[in-house]
Amino acid sequence: MTTATAIGTTQVYRVYIKAPPQAIWDAITKSEWTERYGYGGKVDYDLRPGGAYTGYTSDGMRAAGAPEIGVDGEVLEVDPPRKLVQTFRMAMDDAMRAQGFTRLTYEIEERKNGVTRVTLTHELGDTPALALLMSGGMEDQGAGGGWSWVLSGLKTLLETGQSLDPAGHQ
Amino acid sequence: MTDDDLVFKALADPTRRFLLDLLFQRDGRTLTELESELDMTRFGVMKHLRVLEDAGLVVARRSGREKLHFLNPIPIQLIHHRWIDKYRERHASALLDLKTQLEDMA
Repeated sequence: MTTATAIGTTQVYRVYIKAPPQAIWDAITKSEWTERYGYGGKVDYDLRPGGAYTGYTSDGMRAAGAPEIGVDGEVLEVDPPRKLVQTFRMAMDDAMRAQGFTRLTYEIEERKNGVTRVTLTHELGDTPALALLMSGGMEDQGAGGGWSWVLSGLKTLLETGQSLDPAGHQ
Repeated sequence: MTDDDLVFKALADPTRRFLLDLLFQRDGRTLTELESELDMTRFGVMKHLRVLEDAGLVVARRSGREKLHFLNPIPIQLIHHRWIDKYRERHASALLDLKTQLEDMA
């Protein structure tokens, strides 16, 4: 992405993973999994409407000077292992923090042959910096590849037990 | 067909690549908006969108009465990992070997 106009206010990502819905639910909501793909930090989910969500930075990010809390938000809707709706705000960057909360929806649907379809809808509203980050537009600056990188990492981890990009979250 | 086959087949057509470019420029468009950019019948555009959806490159979401089309970059990312990173790594390591050999000779 080179221009801000290339980024819509809603982003939709879909990936097919050969794993049961419960495994995907756990991989999204439990630290033992979230530390192994994507940005690689622990998470705290209070899985009830109104519950708090905290996404922590990884050890590597803190070693580079990041604060303890990377993202925060509130759980809005919980239907395990099928649907999770929450708010989401980048808390570690003042500019993105000031742009406020966005809305994330995970839809986890069982398909044939042990395949599960994961659809992530990120309603970004007026948060151009976060939209750029989550679309992968800051990957070359070392800010990770956004949702497609996170979800590809989730797929690789659940299908192979390996991390897609071990260097990405040390 | 495998997932990769569906993606390569979808990408093999210039109209479908053009539709992806349109969504890259601005995501979440209706069929009517996409159709206005193409010299093609509505039915023709629908057929192309269907191929893109089957390959996972486009995800359609309902928003009120409208059906919006979103570009999903993940299948292209997976192809990239599978077909491009792999060969680029080999290519890069061959160059590094060459560099080491040349430096050893010097």
